[in-house]
Amino acid sequence: MNKNFILYAVILIFGLAAPFLFPAFKVQLSILCVLIVLATTWNIQGGEMGYNSFGNILFYGLGMYLCASVQVGMFFPLAEWTESGGEKTFVHTPTQFFQGMAVGLVVAALVPTIVAGLIGYSILGLRGHYFAICTLGLGVAAGEISGGIEIIGAGQGFTTPPFPNVGSLEARGEFFYFLSFFTLVLTFIAVRSIYSTRFKLILNAIRDNEDKAEAMGIETMKYKIIGWMISAFFCGLAGGIMGGLVGYIDSTDVAFDGREMGVFMVLMAILGGKGTLWGPIIGATIFHIFKEGFWTFFLGWQYVALGVLIVVIVIYFPEGIMGWLREKYPERFGEVVDEKDRKAQVELK
Amino acid sequence: MDFLVFQYPMITLQACLDGILLGVLFALIAYGMALQWGVMNIINIAQGDLVILGGYIAYFMYLYGIHPAWGVIVAPVIMYFVGIAIYKLVINKVVDRDLFISILATFGISILFMQLMNFAFGADVVLANSGYGTTMLFDNNVVLPNSKIFSAFISIVFAVCLVIYMKKSKLGRAIRATAQNARAAKILGVDTEKVYAATFGINAALCGVAGALISITFTIHPYMGLPYTIRSFMIVIVAGLGNLPGVAMSGMGLGVFEEFADYILGTEFRIGSVFLLLVLILVYRRFKLSRKREYLK
Repeated sequence: MNKNFILYAVILIFGLAAPFLFPAFKVQLSILCVLIVLATTWNIQGGEMGYNSFGNILFYGLGMYLCASVQVGMFFPLAEWTESGGEKTFVHTPTQFFQGMAVGLVVAALVPTIVAGLIGYSILGLRGHYFAICTLGLGVAAGEISGGIEIIGAGQGFTTPPFPNVGSLEARGEFFYFLSFFTLVLTFIAVRSIYSTRFKLILNAIRDNEDKAEAMGIETMKYKIIGWMISAFFCGLAGGIMGGLVGYIDSTDVAFDGREMGVFMVLMAILGGKGTLWGPIIGATIFHIFKEGFWTFFLGWQYVALGVLIVVIVIYFPEGIMGWLREKYPERFGEVVDEKDRKAQVELK
Repeated sequence: MDFLVFQYPMITLQACLDGILLGVLFALIAYGMALQWGVMNIINIAQGDLVILGGYIAYFMYLYGIHPAWGVIVAPVIMYFVGIAIYKLVINKVVDRDLFISILATFGISILFMQLMNFAFGADVVLANSGYGTTMLFDNNVVLPNSKIFSAFISIVFAVCLVIYMKKSKLGRAIRATAQNARAAKILGVDTEKVYAATFGINAALCGVAGALISITFTIHPYMGLPYTIRSFMIVIVAGLGNLPGVAMSGMGLGVFEEFADYILGTEFRIGSVFLLLVLILVYRRFKLSRKREYLK
């Protein structure tokens, strides 16, 4: 416990100091925070519950659109804003901007949660690959449909309010960094406390054998919906922040981007190790570094690299980094190992 | 939303005929998917991208002055080998694994193909002009391009040939045996590895035929693959594995649905409505089965 406390303190201090240590990487660090949030929350139902969803992008995109629309709609007519397509006919004052952002983020977190609760009963009744394909369809459908709605910009996109002039040039990057870092800390605390309760055991029981869990008297459907709602809450929040950070929302390329973000969150969680607390965090960090390297040096070939990466990770590392570590050093994970047994296994290999 | 389409019987008829001709093509792709799903227990997300690749083969023949209809012969031959290559490189490592692994792996292949096609052929929407003209029916009120009729006819020919091949030939029997029980087939001397490779190759070849026909009748674009995958998945789950008349019927039904969605909701919601229909069908099946305390397997 004591060792962990020091670890957390170091990470927290590092996180708070990061934008001043690496001022050039503020946006990248904010995106990293968002990616970690997405991977960690995907892990709640993907890794712990065994419901591999491609559709969490739905909540992410929904949060993004909602946050931006609320932020604009609170003070200005939304239709005219999107009509003008990013020209500065309306300018938010700093107070309006921050008020709008705050209300927008609350809406962006709550509405996806409610949506997840409403559709959860129908969709979580599907199992295995049917759930995966159904959520894939849901995510793509949301992208296609939002691309046809006029008031949020349809095909031409939606420009989120530009950051107001509050004196210093660095303020925008710092604001979004601390916002996303705060969200990350919140997510981590929430997920960690969830993982120390009976709720996590129930989720694991559902993953291991849902029928038996039900036979043991667990109302599996209730817990599945709650698990998905928790995911949706943080996905929506992350989406809202990302919308402000990117500054421009497009239906299929930014918000409901199943080809990028929707796969990234699955991939990051698998790379790090499904069903562990630290796995998605490590996976997201490594993935982000790798991705940025590729995106910078091999521009144009990034999707080719992504495709190859998916295939390689899925085929050769389905257990991820944490799974590999666990196999190598089981004692560290609190597993009791019989030395003789282990030697016998090594000899067998 | 406008429901004018139902007030003019000729437009309704036009939409129905268009939908049926389109649906036959979908059924051909879905047949390939049902084949490899049934035999190898793999859901291939890259199915649609194989279709588009087949389409580009026909398109290139058109660019070099060969009539694109010959693509119907050439595309499946090339695609068969592409399919075998994909099987050898990736699929054979995921055959016995969890279905989600295969979904994710083929999703990776799909992204890879999309981007490679984008590099190789450009991001333009293209079509291979067959120059077949049109057929007018009912006092020129219903217009059917001959290329659509041609493509539906060719699809039916290929499907019938394949059904006969699966019934009569040695490989066909081996494939069916493996689908029923891979282990027993292995014991009885069937080289299941070869059967799997051949199945995936045949699936890719069918996609190639469908793609060549799509490039003649409609348009192709490197990123248009995923809707074809979803359509074929939907057709297969509605019809059930190994139910050929069902695949044909639900393919046509889907085609008609799409045409009407196009008229009623507008073209921009066409793809969206396909994906929503998938969700609705799955949810409907789930509620129907949950009454018997079962779930989709």
